[in-house]
Amino acid sequence: MTATPQAEARMTAQFLQALAACLPAEGLVLDEAGRRAYECDALTLFRRLPGVVAIPEEIAQVQAILRLCDDYGVPVVARGAGTGLSGGALPHAEGVLLNLSRLDATLEIDPDRRLARVGAGVRNLAISQAAAPHGLYFAPDPSSQVASTLGGNIAENAGGVHCLKYGLTVNNVVAATLITIDGERLTLGSPLGEAPGLDLLALIHGSEGLLGVVVEAWVELLPLPRDKRVLLAGFAEVTDCAEAVAAIIAAGVVPAGLELMDRAAVVAVEAMVQQGWPCDLGALLICELDGSAAEVTAQSERVTALLKTHGADHLESATDPAEQARIWSVRKAAFPAIARLAPDTLVMDGSVPRRRLAAVLTRIIALAEAYGLRVFNTFHAGDGNIHPVILFDSRLEGELERAESLGQAILRLCVEEGGSITGEHGVGAEKVDAMCDQFSAAELRQFEAIKAAFDPRGLLNPGKLIPTLNRCAELGHLHVKDGRFPHPELPRF
Amino acid sequence: MQEADLSRELSERVAEAARRGTPLRLVGGGTKAWYGRPVAAEPLALAGHRGVVDYQPSELVVRLRGGTRLVELEALLAAEGQWLACDPPRFGAETTVAGALAAGLAGPGRPYLGGLRDAVLGVTLINGRGEVVRLGGAVMKNVAGFDGFRPMVGALGSLGVILEVCLKVAPRPASRRALALALPREALAERAEAWWRAGLPLAGAAHDGERLRLCLAGSESAVDEAVATLGGDEEDPAYWSALRDQRLPFFRDPGAPLWRLLLPPGACPALPGEGLVEWGGRQWWWRGEAPAEAVFAEAARLGGQASRWRGGDPRAPVFAPLAPPLLALQRRLKAAFDPEGLFNPGIHYPEL
Ligand SMILES: Cc1cc2nc3c(=O)[nH]c(=O)nc-3n(C[C@H](O)[C@H](O)[C@H](O)COP(=O)(O)OP(=O)(O)OC[C@H]3O[C@@H](n4cnc5c(N)ncnc54)[C@H](O)[C@@H]3O)c2cc1C
Repeated sequence: MTATPQAEARMTAQFLQALAACLPAEGLVLDEAGRRAYECDALTLFRRLPGVVAIPEEIAQVQAILRLCDDYGVPVVARGAGTGLSGGALPHAEGVLLNLSRLDATLEIDPDRRLARVGAGVRNLAISQAAAPHGLYFAPDPSSQVASTLGGNIAENAGGVHCLKYGLTVNNVVAATLITIDGERLTLGSPLGEAPGLDLLALIHGSEGLLGVVVEAWVELLPLPRDKRVLLAGFAEVTDCAEAVAAIIAAGVVPAGLELMDRAAVVAVEAMVQQGWPCDLGALLICELDGSAAEVTAQSERVTALLKTHGADHLESATDPAEQARIWSVRKAAFPAIARLAPDTLVMDGSVPRRRLAAVLTRIIALAEAYGLRVFNTFHAGDGNIHPVILFDSRLEGELERAESLGQAILRLCVEEGGSITGEHGVGAEKVDAMCDQFSAAELRQFEAIKAAFDPRGLLNPGKLIPTLNRCAELGHLHVKDGRFPHPELPRF
Repeated sequence: MQEADLSRELSERVAEAARRGTPLRLVGGGTKAWYGRPVAAEPLALAGHRGVVDYQPSELVVRLRGGTRLVELEALLAAEGQWLACDPPRFGAETTVAGALAAGLAGPGRPYLGGLRDAVLGVTLINGRGEVVRLGGAVMKNVAGFDGFRPMVGALGSLGVILEVCLKVAPRPASRRALALALPREALAERAEAWWRAGLPLAGAAHDGERLRLCLAGSESAVDEAVATLGGDEEDPAYWSALRDQRLPFFRDPGAPLWRLLLPPGACPALPGEGLVEWGGRQWWWRGEAPAEAVFAEAARLGGQASRWRGGDPRAPVFAPLAPPLLALQRRLKAAFDPEGLFNPGIHYPEL
């Protein structure tokens, strides 16, 4: 994506001077080395040097910057911690990269109302840490929670291991302060849990910085669970394990977390952190149950029985925190353990109905074979959110392209199975094309209209999330003309 | 259950209305016709578009046409041991699912069991261009595109015709019991919060001015244990459906207008009249003769908000005024769905 010369002309010396005036001295990064630090988020395949980086420390500065960008027609890309996995914070070459991580001074806990007022730059985990002395915590817990910011969590509607029971970010945020592109400061939602008129608060969740900049939010806190148990179950077949997941959900048990690892992932983890598992284990399931002691006991009996009926041949149950931490460390080690096995990995993110999990995993295995690439699976099974990890070597001619088309094929599969091209990582820059598979022209136009209601000139994070209809038509064209599709020799599913 | 797919006819009606520039008043079961500002427009009947499209009990997901009656849905779910945990009110057997979604109301368990906004996974809509758009989906997690389906909750039909709704359902609690305790109203907020934090299976906590009332719902053992701990008098759990559907004597009283106030727990409005408070102190029903401005001002003073629920001057505002830039943005969002302003014009505010 190259910028239009017109856009280039907008970031004039006059603009930069005015921008500097909005910021503290260290808040403006112009030199290339400094800007280089922002060239990508956690999707490192996509890189672009930002035109300029602005690091505001106060809400008023954000307002001034946006107003200025609006005046000069300069694009703005918001960024939290840059842990996004879909290139959502990929900079604009002729625009401002707005680093919001210094909006981290506000963190007020109201223990009686179980609410916290939090700056957008505050790290997710810091909220729970501040709430802990009151016996409370912030439920959304993306694996990136040590680093990712609340603003980024809202913009991606982040989930986590525990969102199966406690909901996504959108279900735990009651109000947010949004700065619109014209610098207006709006309060959306309310600490009362509801606000009059249309629910704009819900709409900005998952909007990937396209509608406005979140500078502050009120989040709901929950009492720390009184009792907790972690079960670990080994299966000979991954399909049995997936069936067990569907059965647990069908039985009406809502675990706090339910995570699956396939054989490849288990072998990779075992090689790194020897647990002494039988190496013929086809899949592992980790199930966390919480609630009152009586509830946990009852649920754990129920789940254990279901796991056995579905062929679990290795069962562990952890009641003390150290044992539980050991089981979870296995899941946490999965991505690093897999990443050791190849020069490059591509982490996919799709979502399917839970009863289709076994079928989906079988189809992914077949796809991986057809593309001649290795795929590992370790994911949030309880809510049908799959994360196939594709291993490849970008030094080998054509492998990156092959890995990417395998990824696209997996996403199409998710759509065919009644699911979505992204469960939690967002569309960003990465999945713009895949949006054409999931939505009709009318639906994409509806998204454009929503965008235009907030940002009529398209200055906020342009080029992300919504594909142009032309782009979809082009891709459709590609579909028809088989000869031009990359790797026509490969079967298409 | 009755089934009929009227999506074709309804889209044509909307497209026709768009061509002619005729605004429409969306009518579901007609059981909440008094809610919101009066809409002077041609009625579009939606209750005939009904029936369940897909129900997978094992997936805890149900997809249904907007006109499906809430009571029918409840019976269908109950047969599988499930329910809609947010338990929206039905002010009559004719209350439709789309109407409940549009009104965005929740039952007495709202603080403990979530609201419709938490249960909705997707909505298929006829927008003001007469196009059928599917927003969201049928899966638990989905961040593709804007979550355009969530704002349908509480939009009072102002964004489009809800054709289909996909909802997350929950296992139905095995046991439900109700208690009445001789405690003053001032005790409600603090006690309810403490009980909930202690793990009691609360599904409702209210005070009617006389007694503190609790609804407990969960596993049999958990509910029995809570009843034993709390003491008080056991009463018929039907009280809670009557509260949800506003069939209690408090609501039947004609006369003064009825207000809905959302307040920080523990706050008590200083207004003429009488009140019934639920949601552990968060939601008040207040009946009294006070000018709209006075009620809005009192709610704001307490850090809350008020809306005129029923009765009073039909020309007076229903919802508390919005800050002008926020109202302007809401108007632009409405126009993004409904450029001609066809659907329920002015139902929230004259300008929206
Ligand atoms: C190891 C690892 C594990 C992860 N695990 C999970 C997981 O379990 N669940 C999950 O959901 N995600 C996960 N992620 C993805 C990522 O951490 C989340 O999407 C997170 O919410 C991003 O937050 P951030 O602060 O890093 O945002 P960034 O990456 O900086 O930005 C993400 C998007 O939000 C926009 N944005 C950022 N801040 C604002 C703001 N204040 N206002 C408006 N827009 C803004 C950006 O423009 C961009 O589009 C993981 C990532 C990594 C690297």
